[in-house]
Amino acid sequence: MYTRIQHPLHLSMQFMLLFSRQGKLRLQKWYVPLSDKEKKKITRELVQTVLARKPKMCSFLEWRDLKIVYKRYASLYFCCAIEDQDNELITLEIIHRYVELLDKYFGSVCELDIIFNFEKAYFILDEFLLGGEVQETSKKNVLKAIEQADLLQESQNEEWGGLSEDIL
Amino acid sequence: MPAVSKGDGMRGLAVFISDIRNCKSKEAEIKRINKELANIRSKFKGDKALDGYSKKKYVCKLLFIFLLGHDIDFGHMEAVNLLSSNKYTEKQIGYLFISVLVNSNSELIRLINNAIKNDLASRNPTFMCLALHCIANVGSREMGEAFAADIPRILVAGDSMDSVKQSAALCLLRLYKASPDLVPMGEWTARVVHLLNDQHMGVVTAAVSLITCLCKKNPDDFKTCISLAVSRLSRIVSSASTDLQDYTYYFVPAPWLSVKLLRLLQCYPPPEDAAVKGRLVECLETVLNKAQEPPKSKKVQHSNAKNAILFETISLIIHYDSEPNLLVRACNQLGQFLQHRETNLRYLALESMCTLASSEFSHEAVKTHIDTVINALKTERDVSVRQRAADLLYAMCDRSNAKQIVSEMLRYLETADYAIREEIVLKVAILAEKYAVDYSWYVDTILNLIRIAGDYVSEEVWYRVLQIVTNRDDVQGYAAKTVFEALQAPACHENMVKVGGYILGEFGNLIAGDPRSSPPVQFSLLHSKFHLCSVATRALLLSTYIKFINLFPETKATIQGVLRAGSQLRNADVELQQRAVEYLTLSSVASTDVLATVLEEMPPFPERESSILAKLKRKKGPGAGSALDDGRRDPSSNDINGGVEPTPSTVSTPSPSADLLGLRAAPPPAAPPAPSGAGNLLVDVFSDGPAAQPGLGPSAEEAFLSELEPPAPESPMALLADPAPAADPGPEDIGPPIPEADELLNKFVCKNNGVLFENQLLQIGVKSEFRQNLGRMYLFYGNKTSVQFQNFSPTVVHPGDLQTQLAVQTKRVAAQVDGGAQVQQVLNIECLRDFLTPPLLSVRFRYGGAPQSLTLKLPVTINKFFQPTEMAAQDFFQRWKQLSLPQQEAQKIFKANHPMDAEVTKAKLLGFGSALLDNVDPNPENFVGAGIIQTKALQVGCLLRLEPNAQAQMYRLTLRTSKEPVSRHLCELLAQQF
Repeated sequence: MYTRIQHPLHLSMQFMLLFSRQGKLRLQKWYVPLSDKEKKKITRELVQTVLARKPKMCSFLEWRDLKIVYKRYASLYFCCAIEDQDNELITLEIIHRYVELLDKYFGSVCELDIIFNFEKAYFILDEFLLGGEVQETSKKNVLKAIEQADLLQESQNEEWGGLSEDIL
Repeated sequence: MPAVSKGDGMRGLAVFISDIRNCKSKEAEIKRINKELANIRSKFKGDKALDGYSKKKYVCKLLFIFLLGHDIDFGHMEAVNLLSSNKYTEKQIGYLFISVLVNSNSELIRLINNAIKNDLASRNPTFMCLALHCIANVGSREMGEAFAADIPRILVAGDSMDSVKQSAALCLLRLYKASPDLVPMGEWTARVVHLLNDQHMGVVTAAVSLITCLCKKNPDDFKTCISLAVSRLSRIVSSASTDLQDYTYYFVPAPWLSVKLLRLLQCYPPPEDAAVKGRLVECLETVLNKAQEPPKSKKVQHSNAKNAILFETISLIIHYDSEPNLLVRACNQLGQFLQHRETNLRYLALESMCTLASSEFSHEAVKTHIDTVINALKTERDVSVRQRAADLLYAMCDRSNAKQIVSEMLRYLETADYAIREEIVLKVAILAEKYAVDYSWYVDTILNLIRIAGDYVSEEVWYRVLQIVTNRDDVQGYAAKTVFEALQAPACHENMVKVGGYILGEFGNLIAGDPRSSPPVQFSLLHSKFHLCSVATRALLLSTYIKFINLFPETKATIQGVLRAGSQLRNADVELQQRAVEYLTLSSVASTDVLATVLEEMPPFPERESSILAKLKRKKGPGAGSALDDGRRDPSSNDINGGVEPTPSTVSTPSPSADLLGLRAAPPPAAPPAPSGAGNLLVDVFSDGPAAQPGLGPSAEEAFLSELEPPAPESPMALLADPAPAADPGPEDIGPPIPEADELLNKFVCKNNGVLFENQLLQIGVKSEFRQNLGRMYLFYGNKTSVQFQNFSPTVVHPGDLQTQLAVQTKRVAAQVDGGAQVQQVLNIECLRDFLTPPLLSVRFRYGGAPQSLTLKLPVTINKFFQPTEMAAQDFFQRWKQLSLPQQEAQKIFKANHPMDAEVTKAKLLGFGSALLDNVDPNPENFVGAGIIQTKALQVGCLLRLEPNAQAQMYRLTLRTSKEPVSRHLCELLAQQF
């Protein structure tokens, strides 16, 4: 029927996708090496499957040989793929903590924030989850790391002068 | 309307994203994107050097375009350049681009690795974290090779910041999972375990994941982590909900860490140390107790976090499977969830109970919930929950409730979602067989399956019912009667025709006494379905017919008439035609004795693992697993659960070879007695018959078998046979160098030692030293396989004029290289005069009978014979002016392929062979070198100047020598190194 996803890495989280109710992908984070083609295929199938589900249904489903954990926040679906023996509820709360982090950083986050500042959404995710595992759960610590970086860059902006001369 | 952006606003990016969002159609979007791509391309290619900010902005735009789903085939180099920026956000965007869009371009990987190396060494924690994130995000083997050895040091270093430790732990975990061989175990592992005691909860959270993975691979080496994990867990579980400050999540202390610790403990059996065990049991009880307490918050986050720990605790209890009290408590807790208003909890309770059902301590407790579960199967609105319910029914099934469960599942099948029908069919078939007390119930159940969900009854299922009926004579009469009745239905599933045809062909005689099912009636009933069936079914029916001729001589004339019909004898399908021809001949030529022997009833099938069980296992791990564990939880029922086999173990335990289609791979069911005897007979019968085609057609017996057995795979010999001609190439015809030969050669221009070549079979290492015009090179040939290489012969060839320019003396090496062994070859080299092309190294050998050959460029280039010459600035410029003829100078301007690092450049120039002269060039950024190339016939003086331009990422290289081709050649060789 379909090719199985090979996951020699046995990572707990395989990937995370954020997509809108219209099926537009807003963020994708892959913790397993897959070809672009395979990623697109998975995304397409999964977006379809999740969007077809009704509101009161449970947040978990078996898909291929993975477990999908998803939750909708306003217009956005957050969707994680985990392995069979992984804990669904804690994954649901990984999603929620990520939403909280985005919310705190952007100040009541909405889909537009993620569209226009997609790079920040990735940076925040990297501070929170690394290699598919939870790295830091403290909201304070994650945001401290991100805000430090913002400060760093602002101060650098001031000291940087014009272009240097081209010798060639 | 762009949203507020924090930190740096990249206005151009926001405008672009707005534009894309405003596009009314896909076409408009593509047009806008193409316009942007053209713009970016021209900026990147343009003469004007881009500043870091613009580069960052364009790289970010490319990333956005890629994430929209479009292909990006440029910009990688610019992203790599951003990595070496000193500005955090530029570096950050560079790393993001690399993480998302990394490709296997090896050249690029080297550059990326270089940048990462610099950041790891920078001692700037934010830069270090970025670099570690990148390694963890990419996680490729190349990165493993470059960094796996460094990261443990960073992880356990006393002065590493907490955030760096966290990233290092997970980065190492990723590399270890991808390529465990690359991560050296050692002193650091003991220190990693003690991170469980770290004061910083974030460090513990990250480290536990790494430790868990290490424990899985080397449980004995990490045993000390058990007591550390238990005490950490105990401290968390018993802490008040506010003790852990920011690590408390909705009044639940450190839920993520708790879950991870419970997972870690699942790598081990229960703790041996009584005190540790006592403390752990106390923890588990506390978690179970807390589940009964009123919630501290109404928020779903509170209950999810709390229950995440609860479910993980239950997993650990099930994993230990040794505390009856805890198991039963867990089961009761899950029982409460079965009726919870949260769908998620009902789903998880069903799932978790599935594993509890396989424990002997809790199996009975699980069974008490049967009505709730059956109700869930009927009323849950979500298919995934219903599926869990079906799984649980399957897992809790035993002799006492089998009939109820099977009938509920059959009922469910009528309305079940298509996606899970096949699985339900398999489960019903397995339960029916496993818990059959009387086999008529079993036969009824399978026929019901075919009736209700014929399309989802796989071959394995109906093969199995045939095997069982064949093996049990007490059910054969009933089976014949039942299929006969089932076939009366005006429309019946083709699988029913198959089963019916086979069973009547074997056992139709058992019901032939009843005039309502007399032989002619049986035949016409079957034949009425014939024309509607597929070729495979028709072939099976033809075999049934020939069996009828033996069972019921009175049907012979009718059946011969059918076989003789043009539609059979001249059927376009070879198989049908052949069967018709052969059966017709058999029926008319053979005596009744011969016929009776050939068409005898099938002998019992040898028993082995049920092919259905194997199929279910293939489809689904856990559900099938719990049924397989039956023996453990219900030893008393072992001897009756065995299905058809008197020794039950072969049925209910997985055979080690548990292949997916037991039926197919095992020896053919009826093979031993039938074919040999019957085959010989057939040959005799046919030897004077008109249709005699010895060895071509299946015998009557085999025709049945060939129904059961799909066509044999091609002979394995054919697959393994060596397609290449066996002859070795003659010694003179050396193949052209492999495509990457030049690239490999380039790696050795500035260094003398390293791995020259490697593939799956062979590794070639090089060590060399040069003095004046002489050199000695050691080549190491390593056999990476476990098989001996034969006729191993490496030779050095001098193409063209090289013979007169370079003398290379080689020693022969042994013709055999054992698996895993390495042989060494010594080469003595003398440079006679200046030369441009390197000699070729041709390696040939036979591996597993197949000839292998390989031609490489030997890493001997003219610069190896450089003698560095020190001189003062004044002397240098004097000589520089002396070599001012246009043909004496060679110059190249080229783009940097590697990060422009002065130290690296210096090392390369020294490796190239010239002396580096300080204080010669007025610009301290530039490099100046001098040397003499020594050959036997002449010496060539060389001067060089390299001017880097960091802004443009370009170099200008100028060479002046007394010999024109040498200038050009050196310039080309050197330009490829930066």
